[in-house]
Amino acid sequence: MLKAEGLTCARGERTLFTNLTFSVSVGEWLHVKGENGIGKTSLLRLLTGLAHPVTGQILWNDQSIQEDPAVFRQDMLFLGHHGAVKEDLSALENLQFAAAIDGIKLADATALQSLKRFGLLGREDLPVRVLSAGQKRRVLLARLATRQAKLWILDEPFTALDVKAVELLNAALAEHLAGAGMAIVTNHQTINIPGGRILQL
Amino acid sequence: MNAIYSIVRRDLLLAMRRLSEVLALLFFFVIVTSLFPLGIGPEPAMLRKIAPGILWVAALLATMLGLQRMFAVDHADGTLEQMALSPTPLVLLVTGKIAAHWLTCGLSLVLLAPVLGIQFDLDRSALGVLMLALLLGTPLLSLIGSIGAALTLGVRGGGVLLSLLVLPLFIPTLIFGAGAVQAQIEGGSPSGHLSLLAALLVLAGFFAPWATTAALRIALE
Repeated sequence: MLKAEGLTCARGERTLFTNLTFSVSVGEWLHVKGENGIGKTSLLRLLTGLAHPVTGQILWNDQSIQEDPAVFRQDMLFLGHHGAVKEDLSALENLQFAAAIDGIKLADATALQSLKRFGLLGREDLPVRVLSAGQKRRVLLARLATRQAKLWILDEPFTALDVKAVELLNAALAEHLAGAGMAIVTNHQTINIPGGRILQL
Repeated sequence: MNAIYSIVRRDLLLAMRRLSEVLALLFFFVIVTSLFPLGIGPEPAMLRKIAPGILWVAALLATMLGLQRMFAVDHADGTLEQMALSPTPLVLLVTGKIAAHWLTCGLSLVLLAPVLGIQFDLDRSALGVLMLALLLGTPLLSLIGSIGAALTLGVRGGGVLLSLLVLPLFIPTLIFGAGAVQAQIEGGSPSGHLSLLAALLVLAGFFAPWATTAALRIALE
């Protein structure tokens, strides 16, 4: 379970939000909403441990994420604005290297299965650079299936996705939550998945 | 260990797919070292005297060329963020990236240097010492350079800042590296210089990845 207690975030001189407290338990997901520039991405970066809050703390299973970051990082997967894929590598290579760097053994069959699920079969050997923006995004989403994380932190995951891919991602999210997962998602549209709560910044 | 191996393999694969960048750097090394003998003229005694300095300065500048891209590309496409959030300690991944940088840049300089040294009328023993000195010195340049590359990550006009930051730190390597070859040419023993280079390498090998990791975490925040 992820708990945030009294978070205050400042970027430079500007204070984005103060005293933010919330928690996400197993099977729940949090929909972070708010205008552009209000601090959604900053909040997610705090939650991943990339940035540090001015005050307050973030607890993962009642332990501060600063205290034992390796345990938290094992359980957490963050997909941000950036593609986080290498343009010169193929979709399959991207998945394999990402897993190897995380110290996870990934069988070729599992990786292909995951790519197939996101509609990239037949394109797994093409360099990502020749894929469309939506397809690049799908490569990144395929990591959701291969990484096996308990907590998903997704920053605008629906960007550039077509109707089919939105459905696929919705299904993946619902399946993840049903399997005792947790998720924190920023998005401007409504997402129809049960177990959601809204955090308005 | 597996993660280090993977990141080295990934970076080498990426370098192979963008061969032009590595070749540009080697071409620079070849051109700079070849222009000096052409400009100064065929005077073996003079060429032998200036050879160590020129070869080393050219190797140092060639290393500088690719240094900024060491983390900048990963930073731009978001993979650096993923590395920082990976369960594998970032310092191991950074060590892998430094190793990959040396394998693509430093090692090729080491292998090219003896061929270029012939232009300066260096004999076989001097060429051997030159290679050995570069073999100890170029990883040192990659290690020290990684700290600068991480500190200037995301800074606008970071290239100039990087040179200002890193070039002074390269000076000891330059002095001992060129000194070793000079000593060999003048009939002395290069072992003192080489030992100091090796000592610097051990020191940097231990501390530089940590410093680089700390700088990267600041850059990502």
